[in-house]
Amino acid sequence: MASRPRTLYEKIWDAHVVETRDDGTALIYIDRHLVHEVTSPQAFEALKVAGRPVRRPELTLAVPDHNLPTTARVDASGKPVPIADPESAAQLAALEVNAPAFGIRYIPATAKEQGIVHVVGPEQGFSLPGTTIVCGDSHTACHGGLGALAFGIGTSEVEHVLATQTLLLQQSKPMEVRVEGDLGPGVSAKDLILHIIGTIGAAGGSGYVIEYRGKVFEAMTLEERLTVCNMSIEAGARAGLIAPDDTTFAYLKGRPMAPKGAEWDAAVAYWRTLHTDDGATFAKSVTINAADVEPSVTWGTSPEDVVPIGGRVPHPGDFADESKRVAAQKSLDYMGLTPGTPMTQVPIENVFIGSCTNSRIEDLRAAAAVLKGRHKADNVRWAIVVPGSGLVKAMAEDEGLDKVFTDAGFEWREPGCSACLGMNPDKVPPGERCASTSNRNFVGRQGPGARTHLVSPAMAAAAAVAGRLADVRELV
Amino acid sequence: MQPLTRVEGRAIPLGLKNVDTDIIIPAKWLKTISREGLGAGAFEVLRAEPGNVFDNPAYQGAPILIAGDNYGCGSSREHAAWAMLDLGIRVVIAPSFSDIHSGNAVKNGILPVVLPQDAVDRLLEVAREGLEITVDLEAQTVTTPYQDRFAFEIDPFRKHCLLNGLDEVGLTMARGEAIGGFEAQRTAAQPWLMRGTAAA
Ligand code: SF4
Repeated sequence: MASRPRTLYEKIWDAHVVETRDDGTALIYIDRHLVHEVTSPQAFEALKVAGRPVRRPELTLAVPDHNLPTTARVDASGKPVPIADPESAAQLAALEVNAPAFGIRYIPATAKEQGIVHVVGPEQGFSLPGTTIVCGDSHTACHGGLGALAFGIGTSEVEHVLATQTLLLQQSKPMEVRVEGDLGPGVSAKDLILHIIGTIGAAGGSGYVIEYRGKVFEAMTLEERLTVCNMSIEAGARAGLIAPDDTTFAYLKGRPMAPKGAEWDAAVAYWRTLHTDDGATFAKSVTINAADVEPSVTWGTSPEDVVPIGGRVPHPGDFADESKRVAAQKSLDYMGLTPGTPMTQVPIENVFIGSCTNSRIEDLRAAAAVLKGRHKADNVRWAIVVPGSGLVKAMAEDEGLDKVFTDAGFEWREPGCSACLGMNPDKVPPGERCASTSNRNFVGRQGPGARTHLVSPAMAAAAAVAGRLADVRELV
Repeated sequence: MQPLTRVEGRAIPLGLKNVDTDIIIPAKWLKTISREGLGAGAFEVLRAEPGNVFDNPAYQGAPILIAGDNYGCGSSREHAAWAMLDLGIRVVIAPSFSDIHSGNAVKNGILPVVLPQDAVDRLLEVAREGLEITVDLEAQTVTTPYQDRFAFEIDPFRKHCLLNGLDEVGLTMARGEAIGGFEAQRTAAQPWLMRGTAAA
C-alpha cells in the first residue's frame, strides 16, 4: 500500500519516533547535538549531581563561541591569551573541562576549526540532511538549510539529550512559505528572509515548522539557504527547512565528519527521498512574490519591523492593531527615530558584519565586493568583520578579503558570536546605531541602549561607505 | 522541581506583547554557571523605567504574571525561566507563548496558561485592582473574586509533570530499552547516522 503523501518535515519526524505516548507526545531520537559554553554548564552540573553518563558522546560536538573575545587568542610566543572577564573565563573553562570529562569532542578556541556552532556544524559535515539537530541556542534552525530538522532547546533539554539522546516533543504543524519568481539584482537571501518575517510577523510561524519552497531556494547556494533558515525562529517557527538537493550534496562531500565511500552513496540515495510528496498538505501556506522583495532593513526592535531601504520610518498610527501601535511607539523612542524619515537618512556609527546568519565566506565576499576600493565614512566609528569560523577566516585571507576590509577601515577579527549579542567585549555603545548582519534587533541585544538595524552583508558594507543606511544597488 | 497544583495570589499586570527572553533576562546575566540568583537581573530593562509594574509595591512577590502575545520569544535561554522562578513567579498567563520558552517554563515548575486576548484583558483589569487571582491546574481554570472563570487547555503530559514535580530526564532514562532498540536498528540500516564526531 502506498503511504499517504507527506511533507519533508513529516518524513523526518516519522523517521525519528522512538515511541509515541498515549497523550500524543513522541520520544524523538536526536542525531546531532551541538553544545556551546553558555547554555550547557547547568546541564553538565545536573548530570554530575545525579551520576548520569552521556548516552552517545560521539553524537555531541562542543565548541566555545558566545563569550570569546574576538581579539588575538594567542600571543607572539604562541601562548593562549587569558580571558579578562572572570565570568566569561569561568564559563569557557567549564566547557573545556566538561566536554572531555563526558567523552565529548571539543574544539578549543585556538583551533582553526573553532567558530560559531551553527557555522561549524555544516562546515565539519557534522550536520547532515534528514537528521534531527539540536543545540541550546534558538538559531539552530540554521541547519535546516541542509534539509535537517534543527531547532533550539533549553538547558533542561540539553541535559535530557545528553542523558538519553532523545527529546519528548509534540509534533508541530507543517507550514509552507512559497516564493514565486526570481529575486531582483542586488537582493540577497537576507533581504528575502527579512521581507518574509516582515510579511508573516514575528509570531507568524508560531507552532509551525516552515518549509521554504520555490525555485528561488533551489537556485540558492547552501550558504544562502542557511541564512534563510537561520531566521525562521524570528518568525516564531520552531524550525525552517529547505529540501536537500545536489547543491547540498556537493557542499557536504568530503567534509571531515560527512559519510564516506559506500556510506556516502547510501546516504545520498536516502537524502534524495527527502522532499515533500506531491499531494501532501500544509497546515498553513503563505505565498511571497520575489519581485516585491527589495534590499530590506529593520527600523524597530522586533525582526518583523522591516521596510524596504527606499521606505520611511513608519508612524505608529499606521498599524491597525492597538498593541502594535504601542509597541511601535516604544520601538521608535528606543531607536530615536522620527516617523516619516527616509531610511536612507538614518546615520550609522557602527557596522557589524558577522553572526551565524551572515558570517560565511559568501557573506564576506558580498561585503568585500562593495567595499573594494572604498573606505568607511568618517562618522562610522567602529566597523568590524567577525568571520564565522577559523576556516572561513583562513579562506577569506587566502582570497585577500581581509585586506579589502582593513583598507576600508574595518577591523578584522577572530571568529565568534561577538556583537551579535554582546556577551564578549564587542558591544555597540548606548544610543549609537549599528548596521548589523545579525538576526536580532531586540532592545539591548548588541549592548545596553544599542540601536540595531538588521541588514544583509552588502547593505552593511554600503552603510559603512555612506555613513548612513543606503541602497547597495546605488553603489555597485 | 516543585510540584504545582493551585496558585492563589496577586498578578503582575504587564500586558506587553512580544516580551522576548532578552527582556526577561539580558545577555549579560547569562555568564553564570549556576541556576540561582537570576531574579536580580529579571526584566532589568523594564525595571529601569520609573513606575514599572515589577517594582510597584502592590505587586511585590506576586506569583502570577500576565503578558501579551508571543511571551518568551527570542533566545532559547532557560535562564529566563530561572530568573522568573527566582522572582517567585509560578504562573504566566498570555494569549500565546514561544514554543521553546513555554517548554523551559514547565521544566522548571512554571505553568504557562494560554487564554484568549479578551480573557487576558479582563484578568489584567482585575490584577490592576490588586485583587487575587486563582489558577487551579487540576481543574484547568483561572478564577477571580468577581466570579470570572476561564478554562484553559494544557498538554496532559505537561500537566502530569507539573502536578507531581516530575523530572523528565529520569522518566525518559527508564525508557532506555526502547531507545537502545531504535539505535540498534539504525546502526544496522544507516550506520553513518550513528558515527557523529567519530567519522572524522
Ligand atoms: S551568532 Fe548570535 S544568534 Fe548566532 S549563535 Fe551566536 S549569539 Fe546566537
